[in-house]
Amino acid sequence: MDLAMKLFKRPHGGRSRGASERACAAIEDRELVTRLLARDPAAFTGLVRAQHDSLVRLALVFVGNRATAEEVAQDTWTRMLAALAQFEGRSSVRTWIFRICTNAALTRAERESRSAPFSSLQDPDGPEVEPQRFDDSGEWADPPHAWRAETPEKILERAEALACIERTLDELPPAQRAVVLLRDVEGLDAEEACSILQVSESNQRVLLHRGRSKIRRALEKLLGEGRFPC
Amino acid sequence: MLTCQEVTRLITDYLEGKLSWKDVLRFQLHLGMCTHCRRYLRDMKVTMRTLGMLPRGPIAAETMDALMERFRDW
Repeated sequence: MDLAMKLFKRPHGGRSRGASERACAAIEDRELVTRLLARDPAAFTGLVRAQHDSLVRLALVFVGNRATAEEVAQDTWTRMLAALAQFEGRSSVRTWIFRICTNAALTRAERESRSAPFSSLQDPDGPEVEPQRFDDSGEWADPPHAWRAETPEKILERAEALACIERTLDELPPAQRAVVLLRDVEGLDAEEACSILQVSESNQRVLLHRGRSKIRRALEKLLGEGRFPC
Repeated sequence: MLTCQEVTRLITDYLEGKLSWKDVLRFQLHLGMCTHCRRYLRDMKVTMRTLGMLPRGPIAAETMDALMERFRDW
């Protein structure tokens, strides 16, 4: 690879999908919808098993408690079946289901008069990295430490790391939490997350940045070797 | 020249491909010279991948049964 190629290669680790991958996914989606419309129970159970927990997680951002989130997730499946014949494939099935779930959760939250969390970007917030870790010229004074676990697999083997991630996610302001869930946990792309949450691309990016940075920070605090007390 | 603090602020814009080519160059030039920021970027990517691998809870059997009933009645 020559230097220019190296410099301009896609910085992201290849998480967003390319056109051909999208096309494959669209074909799989069409098959899935066809099977569902033919009332194939295996297609339905497969989809529910794969996505139900994600729906509960997403609903939980908007509604107060797990029991209600569970109801919203179940309601999502009913709504999905009711609307299936009108599914046009303009988005992926997953994106569509997440959108149904978000709308159901927001309706529910409104009914229970919890304030809607997407009114603004004014989440209470700290910086990505504690400012005192930089010197006056903006260089690291207290640089990032090596982690005791260096890969996702090794991190997730540690119960305390998993608990730390879950706790930090739960404590994120709702808009940040929803974006991190859709982008990093579920692996959707920016466009999909924006269409589900009805936020602009730039707002989505700010929310993602803040949420993601906090999770990194919590992991560093827990796993970093050296000066950080847990 | 970007500072380390600026790198931590711009990292998502960089990963999302939203920096201008000039800023991408500045960002990568900084990374080339700063092991700490390379570490920071690496940790951020590990964080993202870890989030993508969070275990999913299984669906409760009675929930699945209830949903199957709805499916049959649909």
